[in-house]
Amino acid sequence: MYRIVAKKEVAPAVKSLTIDAPLLAKKARPGQFIIIRIGEEGERIPLTIAGLDVQQGTITTIFLEVGKTTKQLGCLNEGDAISDLAGPLGNPTEIKNYGSVVCVGGGVGVAPLYLVAKALKDAGNEVISIIGGRTKELLIFEDEMQQASDELYIATDDGSKGHHGFVTDVLQELIAKQKIDRVLAVGPTVMMRAVAKVTKNHNIKTIVSLNPIMVDGTGMCGACRVTVGGETKFTCVDGPEFDAHLVDFEELMNRQRTYITEEKVALERCGRCRH
Amino acid sequence: MPSLKKQPMSEQEGDKRIHNFDEVALGYTPEQAITEAKRCLQCAKPGCTQGCPVGIEIPAFIRCIADEDFEGAIRVIKKRNNLPAICGRVCPYENQCEKFCVLGKKGEPEGIGRLERFVADYERKKGIQIPEKAEATDKRIAIVGSGPAGLTVAADLAKLGHDVVIYEALHESGGVLIYGIPEFRLPKDVVKAEIEYVKQLGVDIQTNVVIGKTISIDELREEFDAIFIGTGAGLPHFMNIPGENLCGIYSANEFLIRTNLMRAYKFPEYDTPIKVGKRVAVIGAGNVAMDSARVALRLGAEDVRIVYRRSEKEMPARAEETAHAKEEGIKFEFLTNPIRMAGENGWVKQLECIRMKLGEPDESGRRKPIPIEGSEFALDVDTVVVAIGQKPNPLIAKMTKGLRITEKGAVWVDENGRTSIEGVFAGGDITTGAATVIEAMGAGKKAARAIHEHISR
Repeated sequence: MYRIVAKKEVAPAVKSLTIDAPLLAKKARPGQFIIIRIGEEGERIPLTIAGLDVQQGTITTIFLEVGKTTKQLGCLNEGDAISDLAGPLGNPTEIKNYGSVVCVGGGVGVAPLYLVAKALKDAGNEVISIIGGRTKELLIFEDEMQQASDELYIATDDGSKGHHGFVTDVLQELIAKQKIDRVLAVGPTVMMRAVAKVTKNHNIKTIVSLNPIMVDGTGMCGACRVTVGGETKFTCVDGPEFDAHLVDFEELMNRQRTYITEEKVALERCGRCRH
Repeated sequence: MPSLKKQPMSEQEGDKRIHNFDEVALGYTPEQAITEAKRCLQCAKPGCTQGCPVGIEIPAFIRCIADEDFEGAIRVIKKRNNLPAICGRVCPYENQCEKFCVLGKKGEPEGIGRLERFVADYERKKGIQIPEKAEATDKRIAIVGSGPAGLTVAADLAKLGHDVVIYEALHESGGVLIYGIPEFRLPKDVVKAEIEYVKQLGVDIQTNVVIGKTISIDELREEFDAIFIGTGAGLPHFMNIPGENLCGIYSANEFLIRTNLMRAYKFPEYDTPIKVGKRVAVIGAGNVAMDSARVALRLGAEDVRIVYRRSEKEMPARAEETAHAKEEGIKFEFLTNPIRMAGENGWVKQLECIRMKLGEPDESGRRKPIPIEGSEFALDVDTVVVAIGQKPNPLIAKMTKGLRITEKGAVWVDENGRTSIEGVFAGGDITTGAATVIEAMGAGKKAARAIHEHISR
């Protein structure tokens, strides 16, 4: 069992759980992820790593309550436990001094991006971050990103904070203004696809962290397969980060929708934990 | 003269069993077991024992059964085999012990597998006895993977008094016995009971530890006197044909992991879903393909076809598995090779195939399938399962410097299961590519002996 040592609501329907996992806390690097299972009947789902505390032996994950499992997870409290937590999985982000790096984060994708931005800054990069959300209430990790970045831009769909529009608008302006050596994007697949489209026109190397459906997370099942540069890759062991200009985003989005009907069925049965 | 035929074993009827996940084969009654045991000729030089990868003294345990001493029988088996209820169900005995049985020359061989299963089940119902262990040593061994190879090494070394820890990447131990082989062929309670036996021997099993990620092999080497890698052939092969990433196409591993490990057949009581349409094509004709096809039927498919590029004769599946599949109404498209998967709205709709003919034997000794020009046709499908084999899991190889890997991606070992790193051993599918449970156990026994020698120096 893996005990929850702290819980926070960081935005409406966005929760942060800090979980006791000393082995993982020691090993995890920015860009990696974990797989959790709440209990006996639960499914295995991948979650990102938003924080690590080696001393306390804990890791923090931040997630949006969208389906049954994330809703159930959001109902757990400090002192509760989940039955399974495995990781750190996937390859860490390649951290080097690239020069000027733009980190683009959308929704809960900002949380794992924070560790990446911090590592990039520590490696000597000029880090410019753009974070976005539908409204200002859904923006997370603003302070953290401010600290990890030389410059921080905000975009909201409804204009309630920062630029009124998409993160890609800000990205485009930045590219017009200055030389960008690398772009990293973590967020909803549509956002990552849009970022890839912008940077491709300017030939800027762009890395995205993909979030397909996964089961085991160790390369066994192939549920997370994606086409990258015409080849099939497993996100869990070959990724989760890939060259954005080579990813087949349409295929990824199609595969992400595989269980839409079943997800609804599962969610309807989840009434008891709604709050 | 003993009867030419084996005592038949009762089974769930084909038309009933395709609607449930309960075990198909039901096992012998004590009377049937005794009758079958009495057929054994008790050869002075038994071929059967030599045909057993773990070397069970087969005539000795069969004699015990004939004498109605079932407890004696299980003791004889357990001297060599720690997982008899599993082996009695999934061993390909027709290619091993039973292949060498003298009775098989004129009639059917002795039903060794069925008898092994009978005594193992007898003991499980009565309560499993824990054998006496050797005095505790101060040696510690880490085992990576809790499948048949790892469990065997663990049990053998624990009996010798060593301190054994198994690390399992998934949330449940048992490896392929849990995630791969379906409930109707190997009930999970049977697997759990045999794992419980291994634990009772003093073995500590730590789940959710991905060696290579959570802990490295180098870190294990600092803490343990020896390491055994038994991580199996976990990486699925795909066809690499157009359309393979459409929705509705599963690797056999994913299809079986969802069903067996995650209990997707109990969705929505269990959270993991699986989607099976009315028409299912399973590509490949090994045991995993048969399992996938039979799972598809039980999940509600109406038309399930095995699509195989060679002919029935070359099928790698055990005859018993193929027979069960046929009884259940699985159809076979032999000499047929998929060339493309076509979809509609992102979901697979058709499996485009070409008919094949057999040419000269290839390097595997089987006749090579050659496409017949102009014979392309399409099968209407809702779900496709790709069951064309698995490669050794590359995770540890990738993360461990100095570990020698073969051209095929397997961990290289010498005849005693030693890898290229001092004190690190390996066995099972990770060294051979996908094979059988009992071969992995055989490799585990060999490695356990080599590890014992290594740490006792």
